[in-house]
Amino acid sequence: MSFSEQFPIVLGSLNTGFLQTLRLFFITLLGAIPLGMVLAVGEMSSFKPLRAVIRTLVWIIRGSPLMIQLLIIFYFPGLVFQTPLWGGGESGRFAAAAVAFVINYACYFCEIFRGGIQGIPVGQDEAGMVLGMKPAQIFFRIKLLQVVKAILPPISNEIITLIKDTSLARIIALQEIIWAGQSFMKGSQGISGAIWPLFFTGVYYLVATGILTIVFAKLEKKLSFFR
Amino acid sequence: MAILEVENIRKSFGSVLVLDDISFSMEKGTVLSIIGSSGSGKTTLLRCLNFLERPDTGIIRVNGETLLDASFPARDFQRNIRLKRLHFGLVFQSFNLFPQYTALENVTLAEKLLAQEKPDWKEKKSEYHRAIEEHGRELLAEMGLQDRMGNYPHQLSGGQCQRVAIARALALNPDILCFDEPTSALDPELTGEVLRVIRGLAERHTTMIIVTHEMAFARDVADEVIFMDGGKICEQGDPKEVFGNPKQERTKQFLSRFSET
Ligand SMILES: Nc1ncnc2c1ncn2[C@@H]1O[C@H](COP(=O)(O)OP(=O)(O)O)[C@@H](O)[C@H]1O
Ligand SMILES: [Mg+2]
Repeated sequence: MSFSEQFPIVLGSLNTGFLQTLRLFFITLLGAIPLGMVLAVGEMSSFKPLRAVIRTLVWIIRGSPLMIQLLIIFYFPGLVFQTPLWGGGESGRFAAAAVAFVINYACYFCEIFRGGIQGIPVGQDEAGMVLGMKPAQIFFRIKLLQVVKAILPPISNEIITLIKDTSLARIIALQEIIWAGQSFMKGSQGISGAIWPLFFTGVYYLVATGILTIVFAKLEKKLSFFR
Repeated sequence: MAILEVENIRKSFGSVLVLDDISFSMEKGTVLSIIGSSGSGKTTLLRCLNFLERPDTGIIRVNGETLLDASFPARDFQRNIRLKRLHFGLVFQSFNLFPQYTALENVTLAEKLLAQEKPDWKEKKSEYHRAIEEHGRELLAEMGLQDRMGNYPHQLSGGQCQRVAIARALALNPDILCFDEPTSALDPELTGEVLRVIRGLAERHTTMIIVTHEMAFARDVADEVIFMDGGKICEQGDPKEVFGNPKQERTKQFLSRFSET
């Protein structure tokens, strides 16, 4: 098969794979951002045991490779409890990957949120307090936007990393874009021994990270009206 | 009747006694100046008055109403703390303006939030807003900032920021306005404009407690001076007396250190 014959076939496969990549990306954001907030609030609570539990979790998750976490979450239920929690198909693999990614990214977001909130000078709280504001008003009307501005750069870093990290789900055979690219090496749809589709997946990542970079730069600019 | 009565306030941080049996009172429309070396407890005293710290012992009364009696349980301190705080205003050394709000928004935000608690807020929202903004404009104009209302704090000089902070504190009409070294964070050439507006407030008989290292200003503007040392009131009286003819050895030492520099 000539290259021009291969190209549309490969593109179709890569598009399907990238859709799965994007699905994992958005599900992770949707789960990890709220969970990260909850963890951050817990980590700042005055209840010491809760803080200790969250800090340990964050240390374990951030201190070990995401790939290992993926493998453990995918295989552990089946190996230990003889009940393959996730089922065998693509949907099971996706669920396992989503859980692993949500937990992993929630821990990173948690630390960013906590740092952002604690980084706001206490003078802001105190100024609100002496003006008779309620704690919720102080948080939402005074601190929140300052926190958002402060955490936007590290958050955008994490999100750009996430789109690339989704490729790790290849290790449990999730049919994301790397898997799709690789399939043409072993043979798929009449194409075999072709390595260029795998390399070509890089273009998808570049486009995605390029768009994210532009979006975050815009957001940062929007928040540059104050310091 | 005294507008403010403070009785036997004690406060320690850990084992360090920072305020040691502070008692004083002041009359409505007067200016009390608090001087003393760094670490003598001046900021802590203002923070106690503004319910940012809970004293270990003591009583705070405003217009005869007991706002704080430290012998009551801690729960009492928290109850209605927001409303108790409104009797006092506090201008911080470091301004603590809200960076994402313009000068005018800084001044009006708290008043708008408080207006939400009014029973007829829903029906009269826009009238309230208009009145509050008008009030905010007046206050800023009074501070000489009529041209700066739409500016964000980072676009203002330190002296302008501090004047916005003063307008912000005045917006809620506190019974007693407290200043914690309002010019200490400013370049020397900017202190004048801030001291000038405070002087203006004194002329209109705003009740104020001013912690300051500006001795000439304190002497000029205050009706009463307290010299604090090691958490205690070491000397108190008419500024002419305290500055001109201090009784205590510690006061003399402190003031002489100032006249040298
Ligand atoms: N939150 C705190 N925790 C522990 N020590 C404090 C705290 N705040 C103030 N202090 C101590 O209390 C003393 C008085 O401080 P402060 O009231 O700031 O004095 P001043 O305003 O006169 O310089 C200082 O020795 C200071 O270190
Ligand atoms: Mg101080």
